[in-house]
Amino acid sequence: MSAPTHQITLTVNGETVSETVEARKTLVDFLREDLFLTGSHVGCEHGVCGACTVRVDGAVVRGCLMLAAQCDGARVETIEGVSDGGEIADLQAAFEKRNALQCGFCTPGMLLTAQELLAGGGVPSREKIREHISGNYCRCTGYQAIVDAIEAVAMARAGGEK
Amino acid sequence: MKPAPFAYAKARSLDHAIELLARPDGEARLLAGGQSLMATLNMRLSAPKLLIDLNGVKGLDGIAAKDGAVEIGAMVRHVQAERSADIARYAPLIALALPHIGHAAIRNRGTLGGSIAFADPAAELPACLLALGGELDIAGHKGKRTVKADDFFKGLFETALGPNDVLTAIRIPAATTETRVGFAEFARRHGDYAIAGLAACAKASGAGLSDVRLAYFGVGNTPIRAKNAEAALAGGDIEGAVKALGGDLDPQDDVQSTGAAKKHLAGVLLRRVAKQLMEARP
Repeated sequence: MSAPTHQITLTVNGETVSETVEARKTLVDFLREDLFLTGSHVGCEHGVCGACTVRVDGAVVRGCLMLAAQCDGARVETIEGVSDGGEIADLQAAFEKRNALQCGFCTPGMLLTAQELLAGGGVPSREKIREHISGNYCRCTGYQAIVDAIEAVAMARAGGEK
Repeated sequence: MKPAPFAYAKARSLDHAIELLARPDGEARLLAGGQSLMATLNMRLSAPKLLIDLNGVKGLDGIAAKDGAVEIGAMVRHVQAERSADIARYAPLIALALPHIGHAAIRNRGTLGGSIAFADPAAELPACLLALGGELDIAGHKGKRTVKADDFFKGLFETALGPNDVLTAIRIPAATTETRVGFAEFARRHGDYAIAGLAACAKASGAGLSDVRLAYFGVGNTPIRAKNAEAALAGGDIEGAVKALGGDLDPQDDVQSTGAAKKHLAGVLLRRVAKQLMEARP
């Protein structure tokens, strides 16, 4: 028996993509294996680690807990698109400046998750920042530097708006 | 890991979903937010032949306060409920519980109906529904029926839902000025499944409480009402209620904790939640 497949058309980082995918293929595997967008990482594959974080229709989701077949008609954004578009340039610079990454495996997911919090506006408390990134594991930094970087960007953005 | 192969169908309507469910092998599963189901598929803990996607079925994602109740469509996502003024005002217990459910990315996708139908014994919402004395609307090939939360949770991941049933909505009594709610849980990391948790609802009655409903999660195969403790708490006796838990709960060891530790935590939770119930409505 051949595996069931589906034809999907979606936009990925602003480009329209049409592909045939196996029904069981997760969104993150589709992005990595079919579109060669390997910035989204595959860690635990059961929704715990957050390395596969991508945006679907503007909301941050786990790429391992959605099927590619579910994304027909969706607008998907990955770290490649969000990075190239300049939306998080300040956040990326702050991560680098404060050593908020070491091996980099969690970083794409961490950046997208942080950006969702920061897009809400204002300067969230450190506790709120920790809560918001609680679904993203980092095994290098101990999180302190990540919280520092996110907080610094929140303050800079809030200052710039005044 | 990767899931075992399955077929995927997008339901066009509730009737279409029910029609697709009716397979002789019973090997179809409904896909709501997928935040629990997809994980079990990836780990190959389950391997259905067909996934029926409810995303896109119209009429399952409304929140409506009417006739003294709040009706929440099964496909309402956690994030949608978090932002709902009706939930904040009329379902304050659910509003208290929501931030504890998973993480931001999980709440963007996960649904209230999915969480309740999955019935993880350590999940927050099944316990909230039980504490609130809510009810569930279920549609199947024989028509529609309503089941009380007290009769819904049958066993470990077992509910009153049959293989051809779709949970369509939950309904809870709308909070009034007399309603008091409390919620607390212990988890190793914010957003993880709780080691033990407690959702509670009561009515303010003079200086005390009446109609106390305490629903524990993470301490048994289903969410569990602590009826002896409820009676003691209605009498204003917090320490008596903590003692009474001995007759209500018998938690077993699991991967997170020993049963003895859970039992101790149940008492700590009760003291905290009792305080919330006795204070003003949040």
